[in-house]
Amino acid sequence: MEDSDSVAVARAKQGDGDAYRILVDRHSRSVFRLAYRMTGNEQDSEDVVQETFLRAYKQLHRYEARSSFSTWLYRIAANYSLDLVRRKKRHGEIGFQEQATEEEMGEVVHAVASDAPGPDRLLFSGAVQEKVAATLDGLSQQERTAFVLRHFEGQSIEEISAVLGLSNNAAKHSIFRAVQKLRRALEPLVAS
Amino acid sequence: MNHVTEEDLVLYYYGEAGARGVEEHLGSCEACRESYHALQRVLNSVDSLPVPERAHDYEAQVWRSIEGKLPRRSFASRWFTWKPLAVAAAMAALVVAAFFAGRGFQKPHGEVAHDGNVRERVLLVAVGDHLERSRMMLVELSNSDAPKHGSLDISYEQRAAEDLIESNRLYRQTAMSSGDEATASLLEDLERVLLEVAHSPSAMSEKQLDDLRKEIEGQGILFKVKVFGDQVEQRQAAPSNGGVL
Ligand SMILES: [Zn+2]
Repeated sequence: MEDSDSVAVARAKQGDGDAYRILVDRHSRSVFRLAYRMTGNEQDSEDVVQETFLRAYKQLHRYEARSSFSTWLYRIAANYSLDLVRRKKRHGEIGFQEQATEEEMGEVVHAVASDAPGPDRLLFSGAVQEKVAATLDGLSQQERTAFVLRHFEGQSIEEISAVLGLSNNAAKHSIFRAVQKLRRALEPLVAS
Repeated sequence: MNHVTEEDLVLYYYGEAGARGVEEHLGSCEACRESYHALQRVLNSVDSLPVPERAHDYEAQVWRSIEGKLPRRSFASRWFTWKPLAVAAAMAALVVAAFFAGRGFQKPHGEVAHDGNVRERVLLVAVGDHLERSRMMLVELSNSDAPKHGSLDISYEQRAAEDLIESNRLYRQTAMSSGDEATASLLEDLERVLLEVAHSPSAMSEKQLDDLRKEIEGQGILFKVKVFGDQVEQRQAAPSNGGVL
């Protein structure tokens, strides 16, 4: 996969539009997923996907294969997502969920758990999903980026610190804080 | 025995280095194992975060949405894949030029005639290739449209034109010194158009592009190059006296 990426990248660098299209084909879904986990908003994520591929094309000559193409691409996507969310936050817009309070969530879980045992798990996991989303929304942008890149994209702490322009230690601590907040929010819901 | 810190458990979960000794400890410590399982449950549950499904043709949608906004570079692809060829052609021209320059010093008649034949063919191939590349670049430029508002980036074509000008000069001089006036004159016309392209603004408005297009058409260069190319092909196809190439 990465090898064939590097062939396509080399050709795209020389202006081969077909080769760039191959890269778009390969990575647009994963860039969308990353964007969605970063922004929590479908429309914003579409913006991120478009802008990421436009920026990557313009900056392709700067890509030097020190990291894999996808890592480089995700870096662009993560940075643009950060910008987008920051801009929106400044304008007072909110993420994709109103932040549900823990009491509300607890009620949902409790009601379901006590009523019908059959579809419980399904609904319960719906509640977990919402809680995950709400908790991610409550993270600082730095925490969220670090966590999303580590947890969903499997990027190393070193790569993450490069994306965020932080020391390894600071990147690590962003992840720790994110995990701590997730634990606090989710442990009551997922305790066995 | 020291228990494993929460931070080390997180590093361990993600397989990061720096969490050494955790596994051994978990093997022997019930409390830490419990703690790790709790962490696992939380982090695994994060995976349940739904991401909206995209349509089956999502990739094509993305491409359509950006295609028109990408800076145009289509020509460059062909140009760059040609680059080694262009270098080879320039080298061939140098060889030929050196041959013509040293021609007077060659003594045995038979060999000169034979070598001359081979080298003429080398030059023909090289010039034919050069003309074809120039023609394609100009055709591509003639066929491109500037956006209604805004401009077309022709910097790739310009870089190609600059390289072409360089080899064009070489071929023109070679043709002149070998007395091939028809080729020399064609290359002179071509050089003018290439210079025009190279010296145009690299961001072209619709109007500027139109002017350049008229300039290219006015010179009739595309037609002349095409005719010449056909002639080259015929001459190449003709059996050579020496039968070497
Ligand atoms: Zn322990």
